[in-house]
Amino acid sequence: MLRTKMVLGSAVAAVVLAATACGGGNPASTDTGNKGGPAPTDTIVVGSANFQESILLAHIYAEALKAKGVKVSTKLNIGSREAYIPGIKDGSIDLIPEYSGVLLQYFNKSATETSPDDVYAALQKAVPDTLTVLDKSAAEDKDAIVVSKDTASKHNLKSIADLAPVAGTLTFGGPPEFKTRPDGVPGLKKNYNVTFGSFKTLDAGGPLTVNALKNGQIDAGDIFTTDPSIAKNNFVVLEDPKNNFAAQNVLPLINKAKASDTVKTTLNAVSAKLDTQTLIDLLTKVISEKQDANAVAKAWLSSAGLG
Amino acid sequence: MAAGGAAVVIGDIVTFLTASANWHGPEGIPTRLLEHVQYSFVAVLIALLVALPTGLLIGHTGKGTAVVAAIANSLRALPTIGLLIFFVVLISPHIHGKGDAAYLIPSEIVLVLLAIPSILSNTYAGVENVDPAARDAASGMGMTGSQVLFKVELPCALPLIMSGVRSATLQVVATTTIAAFVSLGGLGRYVFDGQAQQDYAQMAAGAVLVALLAVLADFGLALLQRAIVSRGISGRYARRGAAAVPDRTDALTADVVEAEVVRA
Repeated sequence: MLRTKMVLGSAVAAVVLAATACGGGNPASTDTGNKGGPAPTDTIVVGSANFQESILLAHIYAEALKAKGVKVSTKLNIGSREAYIPGIKDGSIDLIPEYSGVLLQYFNKSATETSPDDVYAALQKAVPDTLTVLDKSAAEDKDAIVVSKDTASKHNLKSIADLAPVAGTLTFGGPPEFKTRPDGVPGLKKNYNVTFGSFKTLDAGGPLTVNALKNGQIDAGDIFTTDPSIAKNNFVVLEDPKNNFAAQNVLPLINKAKASDTVKTTLNAVSAKLDTQTLIDLLTKVISEKQDANAVAKAWLSSAGLG
Repeated sequence: MAAGGAAVVIGDIVTFLTASANWHGPEGIPTRLLEHVQYSFVAVLIALLVALPTGLLIGHTGKGTAVVAAIANSLRALPTIGLLIFFVVLISPHIHGKGDAAYLIPSEIVLVLLAIPSILSNTYAGVENVDPAARDAASGMGMTGSQVLFKVELPCALPLIMSGVRSATLQVVATTTIAAFVSLGGLGRYVFDGQAQQDYAQMAAGAVLVALLAVLADFGLALLQRAIVSRGISGRYARRGAAAVPDRTDALTADVVEAEVVRA
């Protein structure tokens, strides 16, 4: 009897949790200690999301600005977009590295642009009046269909389109949301007529997917383009000529009031030098070789003539 | 959460559970239910094969009780999901090719480790606590050690052993949900997919199905217990007559028997 009640109780708890899981605060404005408002007007506060790549990019922006004599402070590892966008709107931070496609989706849920230029143009219109995005870099961190070298050479795969005739015999691995989201299973079918024989539910480009692809439990997987494990395991990233996955160019999102000419020129020069391979190389140093993100950022800036 | 919100969620769960599309195919409820039952059954079966003989042996001989109790109790303290990831990391790189073995083996290990403690400790405690008078009487009648174990101690300990099996089953059925965390099926698929897809009705429906399955499994084992425990032990036949004979069984069994008598 007691057990029955406990089981039912936990079911109810699960329902309650499920229904309340979509709340959220704004850590950017609460974890800082100086709640008295924005930093001194001549200082740019650089923020970052709570993952390694965003932190590395924030270090790159901050060090590039410092090198040009701009006063900078950092507020890293803030959290998700839902947490730091309110923070940049209220002036808790002034500058943060962003990705064009997801940022556009954040400001305009119904956006359908997918190519880098279309996304960037739409994004410029979609950002709120007090904010602006500077030049986009060529570096992109986005979902990609990745196969092992053997699979690629066996079926002569270069682009996702090449999968269409053989996909029925292959197993695909990706996160649970990939089954339903528009650029997931439905998008692959719509854009490339690719339907995989079976779908194995793994993680979002994490260790489960990488290991499953390495050990042959899956033939193709959803892995992010800047993941150092792609090069490490000789995986092949399939091209996406129809832009099934919206462009995700790295770019700075900045408070307009702080975007002086020096700041703009400096950050645009950084974006001009940043491409996906550079980002992969730098990330490999931070993630695989455990180097300090700030030191990696400084070293790259000086080698690129920016620091 | 407002009451209206709760009503919407419950309505969505009912919609999910009654949609005919959810009752067919490889993602349908019957398939997921069967997978869940299979994973759970295998885990409890292996745990029984390990824990029952071990428990009977140490209960009968009285040797190694302290050591086994310490091991069983420390097994209880292990965080299941952490252990699962540990075993996946440890085992799956050695398994190549298609199939679920790379994920199934770690999951079953974790579930077996979860099920062993309650079966093991209830078994040896049950055997250990058999009335010494009954044991002496059996020896006095000329029974050998194994005859005493299987004809006296085991039947007497059965209510407690069954209660261990039932709590292990309940834990395993509830925890098999995490198999979905490492790409396997089972009802946990709905919980994890629902969360990732922000389809909270699917998620909650999965939780409800797991809870129902756990209750159902417990009920089935209660019936089994009723069938295999001697009436001399459970004292059940005494309830047929009007004369109330004092019930000398343990509280757990009495509770279940009472529930069934009411139902009958």
